[in-house]
Amino acid sequence: MIEQYIPVFIVIIVAVIFAVATVVMSKLMGPQRPNSEKESTYESGLKPIGTTNERVSIKYYLVAMLFIVFDLEVIFVYPWAVQFKKLYSQIGISIFFSMLVFLVVLELGFLYVYKKGGFKWD
Amino acid sequence: MNLYNIIFYLFAAITLVSAFFVVTTRNVIYSAFNLLLTFFGVAGIYVLLGADFLAVVQIIVYVGGILILLLFGVMLTNKIVNVQIRTGATQILPATIAVGAFSGILISLLVNTEWKKVGTALPGASTTANLGMLMMNEYILIFELLGILLLVALIGAATIARK
Repeated sequence: MIEQYIPVFIVIIVAVIFAVATVVMSKLMGPQRPNSEKESTYESGLKPIGTTNERVSIKYYLVAMLFIVFDLEVIFVYPWAVQFKKLYSQIGISIFFSMLVFLVVLELGFLYVYKKGGFKWD
Repeated sequence: MNLYNIIFYLFAAITLVSAFFVVTTRNVIYSAFNLLLTFFGVAGIYVLLGADFLAVVQIIVYVGGILILLLFGVMLTNKIVNVQIRTGATQILPATIAVGAFSGILISLLVNTEWKKVGTALPGASTTANLGMLMMNEYILIFELLGILLLVALIGAATIARK
């Protein structure tokens, strides 16, 4: 069981090593002759305006909240989809409708948010 | 000390150390990113316990969803970096009593609970298939009610955000 996760573990280790090594090696091996021009903020060749701590719009928050709900919806579809063939041979077509009811209930919510203008950007 | 123990202590260390930084760091952004590591460590422990579906859900929902929401929440707030966060100790006596009582409850639970000993083997294959069978047979009503619960959450989120 746990042996199946060795590839995942290796990928995570490689990702961490790569991320750390890129930063550390460029610090260690690159030439460092800083001056005030080099250390100023680079913003497409323009002089930077304002601070870096810009507030983001509240609209992103709504999108993120709606995302979580549909994220959860998809998670509940996975186990059903994995076992669909087996369930279909056992129970028959009603297994399709039990998932359809679940999805339709959530699509009603989707339509409600759509009608309320929840997806309008401005 | 076998392989399982080493992996367990690795993930437990990741969880505890990052959780420590979540509460002690003065920068809220660093705190949020340390929370990412904490969630990741808990997901690793889920995998070790044979709950692979739960581990993936932990990564998808908590790391991919809740944490993004938290970061947006932090970034929506004005002047987040220069704010002075008090991390000193105040009200030491009431805090000691409260923490002591809570720890006592937790420890008594830990000692008195009849823990299921792992005499049986961990589920060999993926747990997703078994979850699908249970959800569509025994717990079908709960599954449909979950849809309604999510609908309520959806409408609630839309209503609050669109005020």
